[in-house]
Amino acid sequence: MQKEGQIRIPAGCAISSIFSRSGKRIDGSKIVKSIEIMHDRSNGLGGGFAGYGIYPEYKNAYAFHVFYETPEAKNACEDFLDHHFDIINLSKIPIRKNPRITNEPLIWRYFVNPFPTKLADSQLDEQEYVFRSVVRVNDQMPGAYIFSCGKNMGVFKACGYPEDVGDFYRLEEYEGYSWTAHGRYPTNTPGWWGGAHPFGLLDKTIVHNGEISSYDANRRFIEMYGYRCNLLTDTEVITYIVDYLVRKQGLTLTEMANVIAAPFWSTISRKPQAEKERLTFLRNAFSSLLITGPFSILLGFEGGLLALNDRLKLRSMVVGEKDDMVYIASEESAIRVVEPYVEKVWSPRGGEPVIVTLDKSVNV
Amino acid sequence: MSVDFFYPEYEIVRDQNRCISCRVCERQCANCVHAFDEASGKMYADDSKCVNCHRCVSLCPTRALKIVKSGNTFKTNSNWTNDYMKEIYRQANSGGVLLSSMGNPADFPVYWDKILINASQVTNPSIDPLREPMETRTFLGKKPAKIERDCDGNIITKMEPNLELALPVLFGGMSYGAISYNAHASLAQAAKSCGTFYNTGEGGLHKDFYQYGTNTIVQVASGRFGVYKDYLNAGAAIEIKIGQGAKPGIGGHLPGLKIVGDISQTRMIPQGTDAISPAPHHDIYSIEDLHQLVYSLKEATDYQKPIIVKIAAVHNVAAIASGVARSGADIIAIDGFRGGTGAAPTRIRDNVGIPIELALASVDQRLRDEGIRGNISVICGGSIRNSTDVVKAIALGADAVYIATAALLAMGCHLCRSCHTGNCNWGIATQKPELVKRLNPEIATQRLINLLNAWEHEITEIMGGMGINSIEALRGNRLMLRGIGLTEKELEILGIKHAGE
Amino acid sequence: MKRVYVQEQWCLGCHLCEYACAFANSGQEQPGAGGLDMSRALQGRAINPRIKIEEKDNISFAVSCRHCEDPVCQKSCIAGAISVKDGMVHIDQNKCVGCYTCVLVCPYGAVMPAESGQVMQKCELCTERLNGGTPACVAACPNRAIVFEER
Repeated sequence: MQKEGQIRIPAGCAISSIFSRSGKRIDGSKIVKSIEIMHDRSNGLGGGFAGYGIYPEYKNAYAFHVFYETPEAKNACEDFLDHHFDIINLSKIPIRKNPRITNEPLIWRYFVNPFPTKLADSQLDEQEYVFRSVVRVNDQMPGAYIFSCGKNMGVFKACGYPEDVGDFYRLEEYEGYSWTAHGRYPTNTPGWWGGAHPFGLLDKTIVHNGEISSYDANRRFIEMYGYRCNLLTDTEVITYIVDYLVRKQGLTLTEMANVIAAPFWSTISRKPQAEKERLTFLRNAFSSLLITGPFSILLGFEGGLLALNDRLKLRSMVVGEKDDMVYIASEESAIRVVEPYVEKVWSPRGGEPVIVTLDKSVNV
Repeated sequence: MSVDFFYPEYEIVRDQNRCISCRVCERQCANCVHAFDEASGKMYADDSKCVNCHRCVSLCPTRALKIVKSGNTFKTNSNWTNDYMKEIYRQANSGGVLLSSMGNPADFPVYWDKILINASQVTNPSIDPLREPMETRTFLGKKPAKIERDCDGNIITKMEPNLELALPVLFGGMSYGAISYNAHASLAQAAKSCGTFYNTGEGGLHKDFYQYGTNTIVQVASGRFGVYKDYLNAGAAIEIKIGQGAKPGIGGHLPGLKIVGDISQTRMIPQGTDAISPAPHHDIYSIEDLHQLVYSLKEATDYQKPIIVKIAAVHNVAAIASGVARSGADIIAIDGFRGGTGAAPTRIRDNVGIPIELALASVDQRLRDEGIRGNISVICGGSIRNSTDVVKAIALGADAVYIATAALLAMGCHLCRSCHTGNCNWGIATQKPELVKRLNPEIATQRLINLLNAWEHEITEIMGGMGINSIEALRGNRLMLRGIGLTEKELEILGIKHAGE
Repeated sequence: MKRVYVQEQWCLGCHLCEYACAFANSGQEQPGAGGLDMSRALQGRAINPRIKIEEKDNISFAVSCRHCEDPVCQKSCIAGAISVKDGMVHIDQNKCVGCYTCVLVCPYGAVMPAESGQVMQKCELCTERLNGGTPACVAACPNRAIVFEER
């Protein structure tokens, strides 16, 4: 059986997220409960979570979560990290045995900062330095896979149903202002934990439901800019696209949404002149990054969350609000199960990004 | 009988039960094949003059005519084929270079026909183009490497000049001289009506067609015929023609006999002089010279027009394309070895160059490997025969395609490959007024428009099947293609998997 | 009213219009015969069409009845056989006495004796045959040199 990266595996999914605008720290059990209700949307072959604001004690360090298939891989990777980063803390990620979660790799966590001299020598900005280091490990060190590498956030994922994955990682012991979750329904048996979602890159994580038809057009374009799509998954390429547009090209999230879920030309033609020019420019300049086919994505990032549907809205996605809380999920049930008194519920239109951020005064 | 006698390759079969001796065949054959015999009241044909253009067959009101391959053959020989033998006799007689017209007809693999297209099932939905918007708009030209913003943080939307196409299909270069005034008029009007472009070829731009400038690509070829400032500024883009798929490395020669009247004026050369396009541009002996010509043309047009560089698909096309991409050109057009021509040496046409599918795939991949695909758009041409060829070309990595032979067919050409005789019975590849008038642009324009509309319907239908609702998501999307009956190496070059993988 | 007009610059002198006319007025059209009906109708005969190609050197064009608003043929008809029906000039062959006056007065030479020589004929826009559809000559022209339109 070929695993992720050797073959492209389409997958259906459930996604869910919880966000507190006021920066309230919510423990992980709530998001587990939310995703659990959509059990039937997954098939037990992948589940995962991303939490933001979960490492306040190390909030200025990059938190690397790493899967190792062998002790040798661990040695090689740690050797590499030792050379390039100041490791502030390292430990196994605490787990709880779960009968339905099997074949677990070694799972380690490192809080690191780039060595200032190495960073200066590289003449890269800090994020690019971290990004390239992570790509190097994932690309060139067989058996080692860094699946989370942002600050004050972390990805937790495995093969299994998401509720079992949450239990396995003891998510109730973490508290964060933002959580996203993913339950996977792959049409193949990948059997590899790295292939589960969310997919993380620096502080950005993506969970996604759908199968994009533009995949190879997107992949072959983004690979021109130093990205390597090793997993051949939609989530991976979408993450890279977002990273490229937002971090490298400096687009705002709305502009990024205007590229990947661009309005139709007929819609653009009805806009006022300046807006028409802006949207035409974005579609033309980044035409290869238009994503077609069904998708609903939740993009977690430091201090915020973005939800976006493909421009035809071929995937369900519902937003609910109550007080400072925002809930976004594939199905309304996933919101109501954690907030029965949700006040405002709506379905965002295709291509229309929903962006929520922490209130200005909040410091997490 | 002399050794130079060839039994006619094609025979005209007339059903005397149907023929009414209306003599339309006789009147419409510029090769004087048909004749009326007053004594018997019957029509006769001289097969030896027939070029198999089907004008008589098409116009016969009682369907009394057909043309069949004659059975006459030399002793069967897979090595010394009939054609090779005849060519020897012909050359032994004339001492000349064999000439041919239109694209390479030889039995080389057509990769388009060995590539299959994907469609959605279950895991993602196909899209019905009759219900949902389906977009084919395409921009050709450089894309910005970096976003820039003004002091208010707004994106600066000014970018390098791009061509905007409603459908990623353009009419390829065919000169006024090679084809008729009416053929040009039809291409120009159809391009305008369909929101695409036609290409002047290297024959200059007739003054009547300056009005279609916004839909015209003006060509600058090695002979520089008809090139001056107003010409350069008349079009929407300028194409530097380095080479042509049908005759890579070869120049062109339009005999002085055809340089009459308007053609002499349009080409800006005296009547009756041969129009000779040198094999190379004599100001481009290397890639840095191309850079200079690109910028000379940009200077001459105030940086308002994208510059296209058209090259023939030759062995190291990928490396050449990379050089072109770095020369400042905005668009590269690659012409495969099956591309058409008004006249080319037969040996060259049938043996020089490589298939467009392989050339396109390797160029696209090379430009991506070097991270410069965004610097330049890619047009491919050289036998795009139908809408699926277009879809496959775009999925392999082309931004758009040139069609020329297909456009000629739409206007009436029957691929008799006798353009070099100047006796085109369909009024396309001729300058004889009585033949030129056979092509009524009103009809030909509509037929070209119909063809593009039909292809658009088919392209959007196929895209919808793949779950793609905008053409840019198809571009370079090689996962949508699979090879059938191809070797590992061919698959590797095409960058696609085999069917079943 | 729609009339038949010629666009001389596109006329190829192929004479297909004449044969189409002769066939259309032969009364031998059989739908689905695939051209064989035309062969049967016209084979071995000289045709007498109501549209004629005039040609000299490289110039040619088709001539047929213009359906004048104030037709001199009608004025000249001694038998009252020519009338104007909805703008279309019509010869009632039952009334025609074969005096040839109309043939002589038509400035276009568009009226001619029918095959019998006893009565006259001219283009009647294929009205009887098609009930207002495209006349046969127009449909048969390969280069749109004859058009049927409102002007």
